[in-house]
Amino acid sequence: MVRRPLLEFEKPLVELEDQIEQIRQLAKDSEVDVSQQLLQLETLAARRREEIFNSLTPAQKIQVARHPQRPSTLDYIQVITDEWFELHGDRRGSDDQALVGGIGRIGDRGVVLIGHQKGRDTKENVARNFGMASPGGYRKALRLMEHADRFRLPILCFIDTPGAYAGVLAEEQGQGEAIAVNLREMFSLRVPVIATVIGEGGSGGALGIGVADRLLMFEHSVYTVASPEACASILWRDAAKAPAAAAALRITANDLLQLGVIDAVLSEPSGGNHWAPLQAAETLQAALLQQLQDLGELSEAELLEQRYAKFRRMGRILDPEATEFSPNP
Amino acid sequence: MSLFDWFADRRKVNPVVRATQEVEDGDGLWSKCPECGLVVYRKDLIANASVCSGCSHHHRIDSEARIRVIADEGSFSPINSALAPTDPLAFKDRRSYADRLRDTQQSTGLRDAVVTGHCRLEGLPLSLGVMDFRFMGGSMGSVVGEKLTRLVEEATALRQPLMIVCASGGARMQEGMLSLMQMAKISGALQRHRQQELLYIPLLTHPTTGGVTASFAMLGDLILAEPKALIGFAGRRVIEQTLREKLPEGFQTAEYLQEHGFVDLIVPRTRLRSTLASLLRLHGVSAPVAA
Repeated sequence: MVRRPLLEFEKPLVELEDQIEQIRQLAKDSEVDVSQQLLQLETLAARRREEIFNSLTPAQKIQVARHPQRPSTLDYIQVITDEWFELHGDRRGSDDQALVGGIGRIGDRGVVLIGHQKGRDTKENVARNFGMASPGGYRKALRLMEHADRFRLPILCFIDTPGAYAGVLAEEQGQGEAIAVNLREMFSLRVPVIATVIGEGGSGGALGIGVADRLLMFEHSVYTVASPEACASILWRDAAKAPAAAAALRITANDLLQLGVIDAVLSEPSGGNHWAPLQAAETLQAALLQQLQDLGELSEAELLEQRYAKFRRMGRILDPEATEFSPNP
Repeated sequence: MSLFDWFADRRKVNPVVRATQEVEDGDGLWSKCPECGLVVYRKDLIANASVCSGCSHHHRIDSEARIRVIADEGSFSPINSALAPTDPLAFKDRRSYADRLRDTQQSTGLRDAVVTGHCRLEGLPLSLGVMDFRFMGGSMGSVVGEKLTRLVEEATALRQPLMIVCASGGARMQEGMLSLMQMAKISGALQRHRQQELLYIPLLTHPTTGGVTASFAMLGDLILAEPKALIGFAGRRVIEQTLREKLPEGFQTAEYLQEHGFVDLIVPRTRLRSTLASLLRLHGVSAPVAA
């Protein structure tokens, strides 16, 4: 497969890969043994890839997180489930294509799976609204989560959205209300909820399915309070300052682990998840199974209490009246 | 078009545009309405809850004035007023967050963008949180989230009704994801308040947007709003520019939200106290018997 060089910093890697491919073709047509050279080149390519991806800037991570070939919610679901039925509709008159959900089997248990869905190409992206969910999407998600609650099925959420859809119709249909109700009701779910940021976590649109017992993040994913572009144009009065905003906002998985926002970072194959999607899916599946097992040991009361306490701790304040600096993870 | 029509048209100019032009109370004896140009004695304006007697324009008021409008005189007792913000990201844009905080604290006399406490309203108990737009646009960071969460938790423990007066541009970017998480934190506390079948009424004032709209502003058992207040999730500029959609007339006003089913009552500020007292009584809230 020939990959298109989509990101600037991926270009040297793609060039190396093409070289390797060329030499392979040459070797096929001739008697010359090039296995030594091939091995050398491959080692070099792997090392370069490692170097580049270990030192990505926050702005570059956004590019990886938004990569059109990065595995999406439905890609992962296909690999990590043995059975899967997509379920449709919010029962209020819509079936949002940007936020999908359904029921499936992972390992030996039934689960409800919900996630933002971006498109692979322009046509699919138009149908999926670039993964920007409408109020109907959040209401469908809530309907499925309540279903999971009634039938005691754990909930797995996959976050991958630039943000909730900002449009006239979305406002008319109550985008704010739809997200708000999800935030509140997710605190009452009596089943384990595990959310994973697989690509881009865009603000309230991400949080709308993100009130979870465990929040995981792939290494090159990002999670932002506001898109760096918007942040730059508001605070810097200059949208071109987006890279600076991306760095200042602390949006990477490691930053958020330090800040106590997320629980674990899932490592990605060298070159990012789009270089080895199956390996990424395996990592995800193993992590989800482990978390499901851990959370499965808690009683409903413990689960609810711990979820509340988890979010209760978030934030950094100075409280002169408290005996200690609080609350802090 | 007659001259009167022209003036009438101008008055319909979008509230968003108006907000930026609004002149806040200075020290003068007289005040001119930015909406209709009526000049009134400042004391009279304040006595009328800062509502213009000429055109009913609701002037923006700070948290102190808002508490005077709602609470029985002298009944408000603040809680957690010493909580102060930190700079967890060491954030710096054109200025550092630490500098911005210090300057805003000095100019407003507030520690952060919300004042919380308990009060009486016509003798009825009420837990009250009031956001203050003067403090960095009423933006919600860790302190706003923590103070509101503690307020909701206390209201739940005291089995009291709760009102939060919203005035906010949304989550505070300078505290990054910690700000976003406050939306969840407060919503979780509201879920527990609701579970106890206690009454929560947010009042949406100009402007209520972003992460505040997508959390506690929209979670009321009843949702009240002030006339013509701007209320929305996404910013108008974002919708207009990125999506090239033309905005309908009156888009994202309190009236527009009511028309679409997201606001119960639009209450003029001059009737806020009496309306709220009636609603509390109708929900069975009664004055405690003196010990």
